[in-house]
Amino acid sequence: MKRGIPVRLEGLSKRFGRVEAVKRLDLEIGAGELVAFLGPSGCGKTTTLLMIAGIYRPTTGAVYFGDRRVDPLHPRDRDVGMVFQSYALYPHLTLFENIAFPLRLKKVPDAEVRARVQKTADLLGIGHILERKPAQVSGGQQQRAALARALVKEPQVLLLDEPLSNLDAQIRLSARAEIRRLQQELGVTAILVTHDQAEALAMADRVAVFSMGELQQYDTPEVLYHRPKNTFVAGFVGSPPMNLIEGTFTGDGFRSGELRIPIPGAPTGKGWLGVRPEHLALGEGGHPARVLVVEPLGREVLVVAEVAGVRLQVLLPEDRRPEPGGQVGVVFPERATLHFFDETGRRIGPE
Amino acid sequence: MRRYLTPFLFLSPATLLILLFFFTPVVATILLSFTDLSTTTFQNPSWVGLKNYQDLLADPFLKKIFLNTAKYVALTLAFNVGMGLLLALLTSLVPERYGDPFRALWLLPRILPPVVYVFIWQGLLAEAPMGLVSDLLGVSKNWLVAAPWTAVILANGFVGASFGMLIFTSAIRAIPRELFYAAAVDGATTWQTVRKVVLPLLAWPILFVTAYQTLSLLTSFEYILLLTDGGPGFYTTEVWSLRAYHLALSNYFGNVEFGLGAAMAAVLVVIGVVVSLFYLKIFNFKALVSEPKIEVY
Repeated sequence: MKRGIPVRLEGLSKRFGRVEAVKRLDLEIGAGELVAFLGPSGCGKTTTLLMIAGIYRPTTGAVYFGDRRVDPLHPRDRDVGMVFQSYALYPHLTLFENIAFPLRLKKVPDAEVRARVQKTADLLGIGHILERKPAQVSGGQQQRAALARALVKEPQVLLLDEPLSNLDAQIRLSARAEIRRLQQELGVTAILVTHDQAEALAMADRVAVFSMGELQQYDTPEVLYHRPKNTFVAGFVGSPPMNLIEGTFTGDGFRSGELRIPIPGAPTGKGWLGVRPEHLALGEGGHPARVLVVEPLGREVLVVAEVAGVRLQVLLPEDRRPEPGGQVGVVFPERATLHFFDETGRRIGPE
Repeated sequence: MRRYLTPFLFLSPATLLILLFFFTPVVATILLSFTDLSTTTFQNPSWVGLKNYQDLLADPFLKKIFLNTAKYVALTLAFNVGMGLLLALLTSLVPERYGDPFRALWLLPRILPPVVYVFIWQGLLAEAPMGLVSDLLGVSKNWLVAAPWTAVILANGFVGASFGMLIFTSAIRAIPRELFYAAAVDGATTWQTVRKVVLPLLAWPILFVTAYQTLSLLTSFEYILLLTDGGPGFYTTEVWSLRAYHLALSNYFGNVEFGLGAAMAAVLVVIGVVVSLFYLKIFNFKALVSEPKIEVY
């Protein structure tokens, strides 16, 4: 199969009436890269994907596939494959004819259609149920058929709109790994739209985090996790979410109400202190706190504790389980694992 | 016994209505068709067995009326379903702010009383200074006399097409938007999307409209009655149901033959049942209705 090509979005925006769904978006996706568009519903990620597919026309801006400007082109002239959240299989056609559909439209000779459909279906493990209709197979098999239909024409760009969110939790994990494996094997450039941050972090080379139609941060999963650019990304990426405490930086520490945390080389001024639940610990000499909620998560325990009027989520190993209502000490981590944000939510440290 | 009581109670209103307004008239018509009830025998009708049916078969015009009926039903049906489908597709493809008003406009004839509607057609088809069609074609004629079949079919069709238009439009709207997106990404043109995705998904509504309209056209005659009354000339546009009406209720000289008219009506009921069974067979009705109409993922 042919290699994927780079995708470039330049000043892309989309307006629906008075609502600006996507605001002047600039983004580059490398050839063969898998990029996730991550964000809550209504953030503009699906709108952006539909503009790349050619379903929506951008209000302003341009879409490039390699050096070719594609935004004035009809979807059929763009060489993209797409998987929809509902799979959008044609209910009156068998899985075989569903997968063959793009090839039939291109008037590919019948023998070649048969060979290519069978090959793609075998690759996805649905080669034995091709004579069935979509309603007669499971959700996971429908999802594979939809993926096969997107891949059978060997597109340069693969667009995935929440392809896993209608699957059972167990199948979802294996489908994640399988899509990633296929994408890397075929070398196709892929864009995955999802609201599930774990899915984005697990599958993508790079993640674009969206909020309110604007790109918040575009980085690798590691950078997103360790160096979130603002409080939105900090709160959205990671589960359970980062604790964000509003207060004042004093140069040598952070103050929020009665809570005082010494931090050497802290900035100054009003802002937010961020700390991930997995970086907090309970122990002697910590800030005195009262345990409000203990939530066993299997391998770990999530503890909600109140420290000087501030509620914090703390993630502990399963064997360290405090009693609800008990008194504990909350230990803050080293400076390097803390996050400093200014009043507007922008990251100001540490580097 | 109790098990059946509740379902029976739920079914009883509909059952009662069907018994009262369908079975009773059918039975009464069949009974009537075995008598010689007419204006002259009104006081003491007598049983004549199958004589009315023998008379029908002996009627030299029966064949013409049968062919007229077939022609009327087939052509009007084709127009109704085809035009309904075309209107539904066209008004669904353009933005809603154009499609919706257009459909509302096309529904106007349906809410007009038939007499008023037919008056308009008669005006349109009249001779030159009055008739719009004569004006437009530059040939002054009474088109109702010159082309009675076209007039009958179009007058019926313009009303009839709106039924299919409504059913097909709602069926098109029920198709998930993503299916259209998928077709576009897969490389389909608008026409290919219509032919390969939309039309197959409309199979059931098309069956329904075709079957329903066949039956209603077989028995409807009010527009023909008002437009041409079976003319012009001798039985030119006289169809089966109109002939039954003429025989039983509106003959010249007040000589109405209830028995003979009832016999014609009874034959029409049989034709209707046969046609229904035929539709259920060719459209594989059972398979169609047993398939889920709504995909639940």
